[in-house]
Amino acid sequence: MAEKHIDELSGIETTGHEWDGIRELNNPLPRWWLWTFYACILWSVAYAIAYPSIPLLTDATKGLLGYSSRAELAADLDGAKIAQGGILEKISSSSLEEIVADPQLNQFATAGGAAAFRVNCTPCHGTGGAGGQGYPNLNDNDWLWGGDVNALYQTIAHGIRDPADSETRISEMPAFTDILKPDEVRQVAAYVVSLTGTPRDPAMVEPGKQLFADNCVSCHGEKAEGNRDLGGPSLADAIWLKARGEAEIAKQIQSPKHGVMPAWGARLGDVAVKQLAVYIHSLGGGE
Amino acid sequence: MNLYTSPALGPSDASVERIDVQPVHSPGKPLYEKRKKIFPKRAEGRFRRFKWLVMLITLGIYYLTPWIRWDRGPFAPDQAVLVDLASRRFYFFFIEIWPQEFFYVAGLLVMAGFGLFLVTSAVGRAWCGYTCPQTVWVDLFLVVERFFEGDRNARIKLDAAPWSLDKLWKRVAKHATWLAIAVATGGAWIFYFADAPSLAFDFVTGQAALVAYSTVAILTATTYVLGGLLREQVCIYMCPWPRIQAAMLDESSLVVTYNDWRGEPRSRHAKKAAAAGQPVGDCVDCNACVAVCPMGIDIREGQQMACITCALCIDACDGVMDKIGKPRGLIAYATLDEYDANMALATSGGTTAIDPAGVRNPDGSFIDKVRHFDWRVIFRLRTLIYFGVWSAVGLGLVFSLLSRDRLEVNVLHDRNPQFVLESDGSIRNGYTIRLLNMIPEPRTIMVSMEGLPEATMKIAGVADVPGRLFAVQVEPDKTLALKVFVTLPKDAVSSEAVDFHFVAEDRPSHEKDSYSAVFNTPGARK
Repeated sequence: MAEKHIDELSGIETTGHEWDGIRELNNPLPRWWLWTFYACILWSVAYAIAYPSIPLLTDATKGLLGYSSRAELAADLDGAKIAQGGILEKISSSSLEEIVADPQLNQFATAGGAAAFRVNCTPCHGTGGAGGQGYPNLNDNDWLWGGDVNALYQTIAHGIRDPADSETRISEMPAFTDILKPDEVRQVAAYVVSLTGTPRDPAMVEPGKQLFADNCVSCHGEKAEGNRDLGGPSLADAIWLKARGEAEIAKQIQSPKHGVMPAWGARLGDVAVKQLAVYIHSLGGGE
Repeated sequence: MNLYTSPALGPSDASVERIDVQPVHSPGKPLYEKRKKIFPKRAEGRFRRFKWLVMLITLGIYYLTPWIRWDRGPFAPDQAVLVDLASRRFYFFFIEIWPQEFFYVAGLLVMAGFGLFLVTSAVGRAWCGYTCPQTVWVDLFLVVERFFEGDRNARIKLDAAPWSLDKLWKRVAKHATWLAIAVATGGAWIFYFADAPSLAFDFVTGQAALVAYSTVAILTATTYVLGGLLREQVCIYMCPWPRIQAAMLDESSLVVTYNDWRGEPRSRHAKKAAAAGQPVGDCVDCNACVAVCPMGIDIREGQQMACITCALCIDACDGVMDKIGKPRGLIAYATLDEYDANMALATSGGTTAIDPAGVRNPDGSFIDKVRHFDWRVIFRLRTLIYFGVWSAVGLGLVFSLLSRDRLEVNVLHDRNPQFVLESDGSIRNGYTIRLLNMIPEPRTIMVSMEGLPEATMKIAGVADVPGRLFAVQVEPDKTLALKVFVTLPKDAVSSEAVDFHFVAEDRPSHEKDSYSAVFNTPGARK
């Protein structure tokens, strides 16, 4: 320790710290600060006793209050479940029509369905359910397998062409490469395009119409309006899932592509699928 | 107005007792020092009476306002002033404010700011001296202190006395009363945020929310500590206002002033000094002004930051002047201009020491050249500008309040997808429409489209049949979000995005609001 040094001006002892000739006065700490400091020390001791604090080899001291952040989280989650529990049970026990008709259940199911949709469905159908080529738009009113809530539920729960689900929706268009000659394929394609109001060469359309009646109506319907029981798409409307334009249609006739949608029932559970059905039904195309 | 008039001018032999008191706060005092207690003496006079009145009014407003009832019908609370945080509504008598109308509160704050500038530039720190909560509550706490412990001398004696039963009960009674006032203060605050009678019942029976108890506890603590224990230290060390204030005072602002041009040289033995032919001012150095000061300053040391201009020293000095038969106003509200002018008279333009003869006629009355306060200086460019801005903001708020809508419609276009192609080739756009029914009555709002003549709309949960006009029930004082689908037939679809309007109308009241929206098509999006 250096010798005591008393500051001349103030008469107060200095700490002995000096910087560029400036010395630090050794003033006492303010009392309020000191008492706060002591109070903090007392607090920390009490805290260490009351709460888990001291780490041991495999664990830590439990603390007198028995507090645990995991238990708190579990309690919070239980509380959240209790808060919505009644509604989830109601959704589970109600029919889809009842859920849609009840404003509270409808709102809850739509919100829950939207959340489940974002997690599970957006990779194929897009965040807004607008789909893309090969992936159906869920906003429009064109439904391959039906657009009422029950049909939607069935599709979501069991999927389409999902080999793992015995109740899955299955339909497969045969490849017409071996059945129709290339010329005939072009004629059918010309006829199909003419159905949506685009004039085509009658020399192509007329034989195409006959070929369509012979080969296609069983699945696509006599007026090409589609068949929901078989998942046969309507070819007379404005919406094209797989192909757009004559060349693409011809390609689809020769070697059709088929989409696969997994079954979600086993994976997400009945309540989530119900909510998904209600949500998709609310997008605007629901029947 | 002449502040220097005196009711009883005439010689008096009444001797004035000199009070033994030192200013606690003084411009030259060291920065680091243990607090010295202040024992303000009770003052009497017109400013004290005015302060009692202000205290009565301000405390009355604070404590009683939440209990005023105001009938708004069955769908809204009947409390005149209520900040309903849970429902996000602010009620003020006939005005109801929604969160998006919070700018009214901002406007009031702007008015409060300019009002403070106006008041300060005209009459100095009137806010500090009369209406600041710190001043009012300290004043109230001093009343309690005086009630239990007596006036200044008794309190000094009690403070110095060793602990005894008598001292103990006086101190306990004082602090208990302070705490009771503090609890009432904290308690009154929470009644602004909930229905006062039911909250009071819940609070007493232990059923109120934790936040109510903790708010009361915090405000009780701040009231007790700031008003009872810290007192003048809040103004001197904690409050920024005294520092800002200096920028707002000018030469024409009224401030509490010791008129040393007539007071100096002060003398305790005026008669002897006068007999000896020495110049004698009006100040008898009785220290009455120091003894009554709640801030512990000596106003005779000039304008200083610690002075809150409570004017109690004026009362004290006026009492003394009356007693010795001198005109009032040795300490008075004065502007720097008039003070300087009078000072120049007394000091021959600053070249000599103060000579009372410079401002007096041989018979003792003031010479005509002595300047007195002229109320016209209040109306100067600066105050007129402040008043102009203040009233412009006020008028703007009133106009905006009277012409504001109580029915609104907001529209949000679906972001994804921007449009939907239907199987018949028509195009559909989705919107979320929010109807705001901002009156406490249920209303039937007609929702329709203006423009886009070929389009039809559907509203989920309201109508499944397409149409262009729908009646929607909206609950009182609530908003309602609607999912609306607008469909444009294939033939009408153009390659341009089309502007149109959603219109919401309350037919009985003819209230109407519209919101511009865009219909997007595959050809163009906005």
